[in-house]
Amino acid sequence: MKVHEYQAKEIFKKYGITTPKEKMCRSVEEVTAASNEIGIPCVIKAQVMVGGRGKAGGIKLAKDDKEVKQHASDILGMEIKGIPVKKVLVSEAVDIGSEAYLGIIVDRTEKKTVVMACKEGGVEIEEIARQKPEAIYKVYADALMGLMPHKAREIGLFLYEDPKVAFECASITTKLYKLFVDLDSSLAEINPLVVDKSGRLIALDAKINFDDNGLFRHPDIEAMRDRESEDENELTAREQDLSYVRLTGNIGCVVNGAGLAMATMDLVKHFGGEPANFLDIGGSSSPEKVMNALRILLKDKNVKVIFFNIFGGITRCDDVAKGILEAKKTLSIQQPIVTRLTGTNEDKAIEMLREAGLIFAKTMDEGAQKSIELLK
Amino acid sequence: MSIFVDNNTRLVVQGITGRDGSFHTAQMLKYGTKVVAGVTPGRGGQKVEGVPVFNSVSEAAKKTNANTSVIFVPAKFAPDAIYESTDAGIKLIVCISEGIPAIEMVKVVAYLKDKDCRLVGPNSPGVVSPDDTKVGILPGHIFKKGNVGVVSRSGTLTYEIVDHITKAGLGQSTCLGIGGDSVIGTKFIECLELFAKDKDTEAVVIVGEIGGRDEQDTAAYIKQHFNKPVFGFIAGKTAPPGKRMGHAGAIIAGTAGTAAEKIKAFEDNGIKVGETPADVARLLKEHIK
Repeated sequence: MKVHEYQAKEIFKKYGITTPKEKMCRSVEEVTAASNEIGIPCVIKAQVMVGGRGKAGGIKLAKDDKEVKQHASDILGMEIKGIPVKKVLVSEAVDIGSEAYLGIIVDRTEKKTVVMACKEGGVEIEEIARQKPEAIYKVYADALMGLMPHKAREIGLFLYEDPKVAFECASITTKLYKLFVDLDSSLAEINPLVVDKSGRLIALDAKINFDDNGLFRHPDIEAMRDRESEDENELTAREQDLSYVRLTGNIGCVVNGAGLAMATMDLVKHFGGEPANFLDIGGSSSPEKVMNALRILLKDKNVKVIFFNIFGGITRCDDVAKGILEAKKTLSIQQPIVTRLTGTNEDKAIEMLREAGLIFAKTMDEGAQKSIELLK
Repeated sequence: MSIFVDNNTRLVVQGITGRDGSFHTAQMLKYGTKVVAGVTPGRGGQKVEGVPVFNSVSEAAKKTNANTSVIFVPAKFAPDAIYESTDAGIKLIVCISEGIPAIEMVKVVAYLKDKDCRLVGPNSPGVVSPDDTKVGILPGHIFKKGNVGVVSRSGTLTYEIVDHITKAGLGQSTCLGIGGDSVIGTKFIECLELFAKDKDTEAVVIVGEIGGRDEQDTAAYIKQHFNKPVFGFIAGKTAPPGKRMGHAGAIIAGTAGTAAEKIKAFEDNGIKVGETPADVARLLKEHIK
């Protein structure tokens, strides 16, 4: 799960990491009021959860009242990578001395938490990792001991020559690590971390992503979810214990298991079709889950054919068949349904579906090909 | 022969009184697995499918000589279930539970580091050595004893591919799912080390997916150290970046962890990659005549 910059900064503040004076606003009026409080010049920053806000014109410096109003109304009306900007952050204009990068992730190869630092700030870390990985300094935390003070100092001393600033940075690193672990983050990033002209260290930007598997123990974080900025169907799916990701094609896929669901999308594409979605109905799927899955799928008006690819193990094919029959009765499905059901109780399922006017396929290859033919 | 599980496996089921635990205990017994004990704290003294239930793994291990455990408890309790088995001297832990926070897994891995204990999973469908022993939830009927080792990050996709392999007239030495999470106990390379030593394994199939760089590292390892033929499949060619595709570990970060990158790493290192699941069995069949 992702949160906005302003939300990440609220968390930073709780953990004692210095952020610029700033305020989240939803209208030009609010921005004007906030700019008076914070002082002009100020920076107006679009709050959308995609990278490249600056390049898209979503971050602007306002030097007087007129510019405050102008930028506020420009940014609050714009779209960045297709996402409409509904909130902005009005931020104190910091007199930047130097910029650095500080971030924490779980390194899945080393199976450890790693703190990464780079003397170049404000650039995407993936970009640096690709072009000059040697510029990234890494320190691994001990899973059981945590990030020991000397490790935090190592980061500070790598980034800054002035010991006073280095130790301040070590303190920020410790705080960032604490929040990372406390809150089950998957990424906690300060980019850039700046030293202003008076020597203060400030988190100018903030990004925190959360591990979905950890959310069950952080209701306060779950409450920060910006439902407006997420796909409604994806949210509904999650609440019903389904995994759904919308794509742009027209063949709706219903599959049990994440790996097979991906392979099904790939196969549709392989035979020249376009998958409409990723949809995993999970392991022990009940008829009700199948109904819910179809409800979500049907909300996507691009879907012209529905392709069921079920490899029964714990999932029983007759449960899926029951769900399909119920759905046919209650949901008025216009689209043709191609079913490939194999494994547990396959015969029973096919018997149940015999009169339902479905198209049967023996293999997933055949199912994908039949789905594509139906579009012609 | 086989890897990880065989007729020496004496299994304890953690969470045996739960819905999944009891159902799969019956399935594993039917397959021929020696399920010697179950554990649910507070339910000691009961029996499930004729298997005695104990209050702790250490008691179960002492009384039944269990050497392997399979975990069916909810994610919230799963890390402690792993610690409990480790402390009881269990040698192989297969964790089926899905949804353990990555931070907890970092701790689990650190705790297990110096112990004589291997963890498969979490979020694993289990391990099966056909016609012998099955630990986990894989559907027994699709497997056939043979000489292909199969190791995968997924569940049902593995079944799909195994089914093609079996229908092509080939069988498996051992098939396992290492788990769809980002931090897991056992990775592809460790499985390959064991498949290398297993004289009944003639070829290996690796089923990977988007996210991380495990397949890339594995490809480099194979070129340098692994002498048996390897065939691959990578799921998620059509997955958009930044979206978690069901599995916690299946996410393309920035431009890293894409299917294209992994397929290239495989092919650059001499590993043939199937374009479709059926294709994998076809490639294998061409090789093993």
